[in-house]
Amino acid sequence: MNTEARIQSENATPAAAPAEAPRTMVEAINLALARAMQDDDDVVLLGEDVGVNGGVFRATAGLRQRFGLQRVMDTPLAESMIAGLSVGMATQGLKPVAEIQFMGFVYAAMEHLISHAARMRNRSRGRLHCPMVLRAPYGGGIHAPEHHSESTEALFAHTPGLRVVIPSSPRRAYGLLLSAIADPDPVIFLEPKRIYRAVRHPLVDDGQALPLDVCFTLRQGEDLTLLSWGAMIPECQRAAARLADGGISVELIDVASISPLDMDTMIQSVRKTGRCLIVHEAARSCGVGAEIAAGIGEHCLLNLLAPVRRVCGFDVPMPYFQNENNYLPNTSDVVAAAMELMSYNGE
Amino acid sequence: MAEQGTTNRQFSIEYRQYLDVQGKPLGPLPPDSSESDLLLNAYRNMVLTRALDKKAVALQRTGQMGTYAAALGQEAIGTAIGYAMEADDVFVPAYRDQAAQIIRGVKLEEILAFWGGSERGSDFQGPRRDLPNCIPVATQISHAAGVATALKLRHPGQVVVASCGDGATSRGDFYEGLNVAGVWQLPLILVINNNQWAISVRRQYQTASASLAQKAIAAGIPGIQVDGNDFIALHDALTVALKRARKGKGATLIEAVSYRLCDHTTADDATRYRSADELNEAWTREPVKRLQSCLHDNQLWDAGQEQALQASCRQQVDQAAQDFLSREPEAAHSMFRYLYAEWPASYAYQEQLLEEKLARQSQEGQQHEH
Repeated sequence: MNTEARIQSENATPAAAPAEAPRTMVEAINLALARAMQDDDDVVLLGEDVGVNGGVFRATAGLRQRFGLQRVMDTPLAESMIAGLSVGMATQGLKPVAEIQFMGFVYAAMEHLISHAARMRNRSRGRLHCPMVLRAPYGGGIHAPEHHSESTEALFAHTPGLRVVIPSSPRRAYGLLLSAIADPDPVIFLEPKRIYRAVRHPLVDDGQALPLDVCFTLRQGEDLTLLSWGAMIPECQRAAARLADGGISVELIDVASISPLDMDTMIQSVRKTGRCLIVHEAARSCGVGAEIAAGIGEHCLLNLLAPVRRVCGFDVPMPYFQNENNYLPNTSDVVAAAMELMSYNGE
Repeated sequence: MAEQGTTNRQFSIEYRQYLDVQGKPLGPLPPDSSESDLLLNAYRNMVLTRALDKKAVALQRTGQMGTYAAALGQEAIGTAIGYAMEADDVFVPAYRDQAAQIIRGVKLEEILAFWGGSERGSDFQGPRRDLPNCIPVATQISHAAGVATALKLRHPGQVVVASCGDGATSRGDFYEGLNVAGVWQLPLILVINNNQWAISVRRQYQTASASLAQKAIAAGIPGIQVDGNDFIALHDALTVALKRARKGKGATLIEAVSYRLCDHTTADDATRYRSADELNEAWTREPVKRLQSCLHDNQLWDAGQEQALQASCRQQVDQAAQDFLSREPEAAHSMFRYLYAEWPASYAYQEQLLEEKLARQSQEGQQHEH
């Protein structure tokens, strides 16, 4: 059942509306997985430790008990095979949702994602396609061991044929994951694990999906457009509040779908504010921020009151956790960059 | 606990061959081989495959075709795969499997289109669920395991046959795919076309393993080595493996020992790395002549039939070449059309850039004509 049909049937059901409850992001992900599996028998989960253990972050907790061994598969420890298996399943009508335990281990799966999942529809002229989702916790800030704090989303964003989606709140995690699973093409769904349990937001498990390929404007403003995603959104929200205290009106946009990009929304915002600040945790060079900055440059040159600025991670491997806070952009970095843009006078 | 010094596990690998290099039976033949027309059809398909390859190479040499991977000397492998499978099974090929694909219903023109630079070549009008050719070596083995998982869940009794080369057995996806096929008892048969050469690297430098079939042992599935130039042995091994898989008993690895009598592709020159003596010796074991001799000896084939078959194959491949060459290329924006089910809005700008490029090219073309 596609998302729209699911929403309609949900609305048509006169049964009591599900109760609103405060949920963390990881709980929201679990609810979305369960909802998708309940509504569509073709949805299956696979990955390392997703079954009996419920995932190392518990994103799949309880799902094996509820949906059985055949639909929640503990795989052998082989990321390339997990991605390849998903490609094969997807070509035959299943909708696999694969978990890669940490983004730092996804590289073994890249060949399947780039050379097969992303192009199966194109290379078979629509005869076969890959309705698969590959989920991975990503990003730093939880004092994890080496290779467990990567944010290399740009590797996927550079691959035509994939969608790359990153939620930044429990509600968006729930709604975007439902859309990602319903989408007939492959989606890389990156979960900012630093905020898996950072906040609880009221959430109704109502099957309500949120659209892919579009940004979410979280805060309207007039002076400066702040573009970000994932675990940097809470930092940006705090920065926007602090800037507002100083009389600076920030428009905060959660990019959310970092590929394909919703440049139109971002362009319209920058045309209005004349200033653009992009914040991401990933390394600066060839990050998704560079692509956004280029798009703003192409379309907003005469609207700009200051150069486009980026606040990013540095061009270094993710430092071990004793040094990770010196790598990760934070609220004060964002505020400082915004102040510089506000005071820019062409010198 | 086992006593110190005792043998914990012992394994062996069976080698299967029914016909000697002259096509004479080495013993009683399996019952399947007397099925009406199986051997005749197999022979016809091997000859057709060879004719297609010859045509494709000729087209490439005259600049009308891209790089092409012929299957010269390995026609029995694909032919056995094609005839052992049922229509509703799924074939997951590498890129030298035209002999199987023809039987599966892939059109000769589609095979030419794939190598001739058009994605339409993988839009098989026949076997809609079969996967397209797979060029990244061994990756198709993981896909085959995924297809087999889907069939096991949705269509019990249907099986997947996948193929790979000897070089593929060195890659992770070979082990990873076989491993999960073993653990999950998947209905998957993997056929290794051991043609002795991974471009210029010979089999003995690919692995120290005494056979490729024994790589099945670590995955906990049966592995068998078969004379890959003996259609009867190949068909028999496949039939046994497919039956087993259909009954839910899991995967099998089949190593088909053959020889690549042609270059790796038209972009390769095998004289750089192997001797004429070795090649000539390999020709004495080739599969087409062997099956022809067997048919002859059993009064199933004569010179008249041979002549008619050769003429018919030539006619079929000429027609396919003509169809391929006369087909209009897809419009330029086809590169966008099939990428996503629904076109992301962001592509509008890129399509506009393409339109501008096309307009410029057309203008420059007109100026050039004047």
